[in-house]
Amino acid sequence: MAKPDSALSTAKRRHLQWEAMLVIVLVVSLVGGRVLSPMFLSAANLSNMLADFTEIALIALPMTLVIVAAEIDLSVASVLGASSALMGVLWHMGLPMPLVIAIVLVAGTLAGLLNGLVIVRFGLPSLAVTIGTLALFRGLAYVLLGDQAIADFPASYTAFGIDTIANTFLPMPFVLVIVGAIIFTVLLQATPFGRSLYAIGANPTAAQFSGIDVAKTKLRLFMMSGAMAALAGVVYTLRFTSARGDNGEGFELSVIAAVLFGGVSIFGGRGSMIGVLLSLVIIGVLRNALTLADVSSETLTIVTGALLLSSVLIPNLVARWRAAREKRLMAQAL
Amino acid sequence: MHAGETKRDSIAASIAKSRELTLFAVLLVLVGATAAVKPDFLNLQNLRDVLLNVSIIGLLTAGMTIVMLMRHIDLSVASIGGVSAYAVGSLFVMFPHMPVVVAMFAGVGFGLAIGAVNGALVTFGRVPSLVATLSTLYIVRGADYAWVHGGQINATSLPDAFATIATGSLLGVPNLVLIALVVLIALSMYLKQYRGGREHYAIGSNPEAARLAGIRVDRRVMIGFLLSGAIAGLAGVLWLARFGTVDASTAKGIELQVVAAAVVGSVAITGGVGTVAGATLGALVLGVINIALVVLRVSPFWQQAIQGALIVAAITLDTLLARSVARRMMRKRDHG
Repeated sequence: MAKPDSALSTAKRRHLQWEAMLVIVLVVSLVGGRVLSPMFLSAANLSNMLADFTEIALIALPMTLVIVAAEIDLSVASVLGASSALMGVLWHMGLPMPLVIAIVLVAGTLAGLLNGLVIVRFGLPSLAVTIGTLALFRGLAYVLLGDQAIADFPASYTAFGIDTIANTFLPMPFVLVIVGAIIFTVLLQATPFGRSLYAIGANPTAAQFSGIDVAKTKLRLFMMSGAMAALAGVVYTLRFTSARGDNGEGFELSVIAAVLFGGVSIFGGRGSMIGVLLSLVIIGVLRNALTLADVSSETLTIVTGALLLSSVLIPNLVARWRAAREKRLMAQAL
Repeated sequence: MHAGETKRDSIAASIAKSRELTLFAVLLVLVGATAAVKPDFLNLQNLRDVLLNVSIIGLLTAGMTIVMLMRHIDLSVASIGGVSAYAVGSLFVMFPHMPVVVAMFAGVGFGLAIGAVNGALVTFGRVPSLVATLSTLYIVRGADYAWVHGGQINATSLPDAFATIATGSLLGVPNLVLIALVVLIALSMYLKQYRGGREHYAIGSNPEAARLAGIRVDRRVMIGFLLSGAIAGLAGVLWLARFGTVDASTAKGIELQVVAAAVVGSVAITGGVGTVAGATLGALVLGVINIALVVLRVSPFWQQAIQGALIVAAITLDTLLARSVARRMMRKRDHG
């Protein structure tokens, strides 16, 4: 009995180490940003910074759950685009805005349901299926709207995309991120559903035998992912006052990069929402600081890649070095 | 023992073959149906276009197949191809009289270098290949943008000899297609007949068993990423020859198309199953669908949706087929 306990605590310790590391990176990038540009900590800039990662954050929340359960959803950015296009079309059909948004959210959930059904019913790998639906949903976005853009949304709604809360620097869409973050953190870390995701990610067969309905759980996961991607599509459309079929193209990789940098294992079973939230903030801060410092967007791409890589590579190399040292010490002791 | 094993092998081989035959039949039906509606579909220009388009994607798909066989993935191929195309283009700007062969080797060299980084990350660094190659996708593309800085290479900077890769032909077959064909056949033979090639399958079927059987898994994985990188580098050179104009965004995003073609071509994303012939047929099917939709005057906006639906259908059918065959084999073994 002692062994699994100690194994659990090592896993937990590793997590804490990773999160502590993320906090240090965050502080360094905040200080660095302040040094690079005095504008960095101004209210206007903070507001921009937070607004800019709204969509990525909204999608990263359910993606964390999906990856913890050892699945992946590559179709999210296409669901975002299709939702944006659908929103434009429905608005032009003369439907009232609240109804438009409701239909878009339902459609996103159905897109997720389709992913989930194909994956669960036929036992197919989600990577393959969602590459297919990535093309399918993006295609539907173009079918709906072609290469048109619809921009005449009511001002009261587009204001939501730009305004800040009362007199603070917090952008309105950020409320959604905060609420979403709370819901998904509780869901993952404090409910039986969340625990079952870790179990499924670690060993689906064992999870099935321990009484978890793996199929139903996965189905729910993909539905959540679709719904949140649709929500991100609504926010994106309002923020830029533009419904277009190509909105959010390529976001899926940014989202996955953020989740993995947060310490979630691509093989499932490991990771925490706190890590992902920290990772989202770090990426947002870094991008913003580098933009203010006039660093080109190319460099930002390189930084994103390097962060993602180092997040997995460095711990692995440290573990390797430790193992080698222990071996050496053992050999000496003998 | 021996007889049973060879029998099972031959059954497995015939399934693999029948999957390719199925794809081939799908291809014929596609061509036939399109030609029935639009007889002028079957002209030489369309055939040429399909072959030229599919050659480059087909090469990348074959490289991806080797990596996917070992349960890995290489998302960086589009970035490698893009940077290789631009790098070789710049070499032509600097040395206008560079021989074409040198250009090809240069492209392959760039690809090998990045492939080596991918391989080292996956084998030595123990980074999951999805993460490693997603990172190099970003880093290489970012470096490409930083280097190119809004510039582009034009066809006017390229020597005529180089352009003949795409424009010239031998017995009516474009040179570019011939080059791709030679590489595809070589890869196919490597995977089918050589010990090293078979090891890719063994690793994908059961990595632990492969290791216990004495296969040097890390070395083989490294070779897989080197091959995939080298092919991506070559694909970049061919891209440059075909389109003449390249900039920093060349080939951006085609990695998912390549994975899709492999999956349609019955290469299992879970490793151990797939052939170069299947992968090439997968690329060909997707390429023909694209041209057919243009010929049938389907709105271009429908094309991606149809392609996506077909990919999902192909994966589903392929898996269901494979499973029913496996079940039948199990029954046969238990009762027969």
